[in-house]
Amino acid sequence: MNLDHLIPILVSTVIAATPLIYAALGELVTERAGVLNLGVEGMMLVGAVAAFAAGIATGSLILAFIAGMLAATALSLLFAFLSLSLQTNQVATGLALTLFGIGLSAFVGRSYAGMPIERVPKLDIAGLSDLPVLGPLLLNYDLPVYLSIALYFAVQHFLTRSHAGLRLRACGESPAVAHAIGAPVIAIRYKAVMFGGAMSGIAGAYLSTALTPMWVEGLSAGRGWIALALVVFATWKPLRVLLGAYLFGGVTVMQLYAQGFGVAVPSEFLSMLPYAATIIVLVLICRDPKTILLNQPASLGKSFHPDA
Amino acid sequence: MSPPDSLRRRLWPFRLERRATPSAAMRLASPLIAATAMALTGLVVFLILGQDPLTAFRVFFLAPLGGSYEVGELLLKASPLMLCALGLAIGFKANVWNIGAEGQLIVGGIAGSAVALFGSDALGTLTLPLMLLAGALGGMAWAAIPAFLRTRFHTNEILVSLMLVYIAQQLLGYLVHGPWKDPAGYNFPQSRAFAEAAILPALVEGTRVTGAWPLALLLAVLAWLFTSRTHAGYRMQVAGQAPAAALYAGFSDKRNIWLALLVGGGMAGLAGISEVAGPIGLLQAVISPGYGFAAIIVAFVGRLHPFGIVLASLLMSLLYLGGETAQVELQLPSSITGLFQGSLLFYLLAADLFIGFRLRRIPRPVTP
Repeated sequence: MNLDHLIPILVSTVIAATPLIYAALGELVTERAGVLNLGVEGMMLVGAVAAFAAGIATGSLILAFIAGMLAATALSLLFAFLSLSLQTNQVATGLALTLFGIGLSAFVGRSYAGMPIERVPKLDIAGLSDLPVLGPLLLNYDLPVYLSIALYFAVQHFLTRSHAGLRLRACGESPAVAHAIGAPVIAIRYKAVMFGGAMSGIAGAYLSTALTPMWVEGLSAGRGWIALALVVFATWKPLRVLLGAYLFGGVTVMQLYAQGFGVAVPSEFLSMLPYAATIIVLVLICRDPKTILLNQPASLGKSFHPDA
Repeated sequence: MSPPDSLRRRLWPFRLERRATPSAAMRLASPLIAATAMALTGLVVFLILGQDPLTAFRVFFLAPLGGSYEVGELLLKASPLMLCALGLAIGFKANVWNIGAEGQLIVGGIAGSAVALFGSDALGTLTLPLMLLAGALGGMAWAAIPAFLRTRFHTNEILVSLMLVYIAQQLLGYLVHGPWKDPAGYNFPQSRAFAEAAILPALVEGTRVTGAWPLALLLAVLAWLFTSRTHAGYRMQVAGQAPAAALYAGFSDKRNIWLALLVGGGMAGLAGISEVAGPIGLLQAVISPGYGFAAIIVAFVGRLHPFGIVLASLLMSLLYLGGETAQVELQLPSSITGLFQGSLLFYLLAADLFIGFRLRRIPRPVTP
């Protein structure tokens, strides 16, 4: 395999990883605040269909992304209200969110199936994007790809270098202590959940307008769940989310290229790869319980109420 | 008192107050409240879709109960939902979150089909019992993967069992597109039709109800006996409600996880083979419209109690049938079913708040 083959593989890897980066970084912030939202898959689907519908209706991709973000944030607000204000079980509520999102997106999206939409354009810097190797590899992506990397730096900085990030992490480790020092735990958790929702919405919007510019039922194909697994794999650290997403992007793309290169394995087995890889990676990370114990936010998934 | 606070009190003069003991009445009423709220939501959705809400309501919720054939369909669709939900509920009670019943259902269907496709000539009347057994074992084997990985490597069973759903779907796709495809089937992705001896017969003339319905009812009774009358069932409940107490009592966490997943997988596998050997009659690329996921909702709406699950599975089956009749008679999208199912679980979770809390009117502050 020479460079001519390698470059398109690397480029597709970056593109396949992008929705995972958004969704997983969003969920990472939510989980660092102590909230486990299993609704990523549902929020992604609703974001995808909302973005697609808005893109068709307005012809504007910016409005499409905003619509996807708003729709998924609205859904996350529903989760926040139930799990934070009404203190329902986070696992059950998150599952409900995913099931509801699957149903809602299929219902809303029924008239959009098969419609074409304009793909998010790729960056084209005069002269630079055409450079050999460097051009396609670094300078010829669509804008959301670059923004996903900016998002990583922003999240990293927020969590480790800002006062607000410190308070958010305190809510995830010990909400009682955070409350005692005067942090509005519930309000912070609300914001963290909504951030997670907004990022899932962008991930969904990217799916339906860039990765596969179309809408079909169940478009996300488990990527929301893979994003959840990525957060565990990353042991709740943003940099490892980024690396993990590229690893998974690579596995997804490998499966397509393997078919292209005529690897004599039935396509169904190649399609299993991303899911099997998720399981294998989870096993490798969770094998030593200390890894999880030391890194997982101590109050992840536990309800907290200042009066109780 | 600050002005916004007083305004808030005038608009909403209530506060939530923790009940001294959880309300048993609300525990039972909450699913009914949720179902009512879902039906009201349905009316609104029908209105938005430009339908006469009452006609649509009748078509969706009442027409599927019109005659004996229709009731048969209700029981037919309720059976796999009930089977899956009974198994899941046992796990949920013990805090074991198997959400991959859909995958276990598929592998159960595949395993049972193997017996039907390759053994029905030799096995004769033994075919069906062996198919059911293979179905249950297939589901158990698939559920054993998250059980093993959780007990041995501490991996999260939610993620693993879910990933295995996608893998099972691909496996089924491979079989019906590849080695098990009917050579005389015009290239359709399906196996050859099962022999007579490998088909669950209709229980009542003029309906399609099979033995899966009484089997599911029997298993509901067994599940109830297991949770309320056996020590293993008791241990699992303690592990779910008071993990620290279970630890102190020396109850084995690992045994609970294995038991929960194997029972859940076995039941889902039975559901899979009873679908393939029942209404479908052959193996095809899709054997379930998401029964394994809908069963999660059934388990919660049924209060994780076997008898509640019997009722909840009938309600959920009604939603599937309602979606179908609404599609045929009113050209409504059948995906409306998923919307209703999802909202039902939300309403239930919200209504459950009132099991532990109640609304109290705040007395008007005495103003000087």
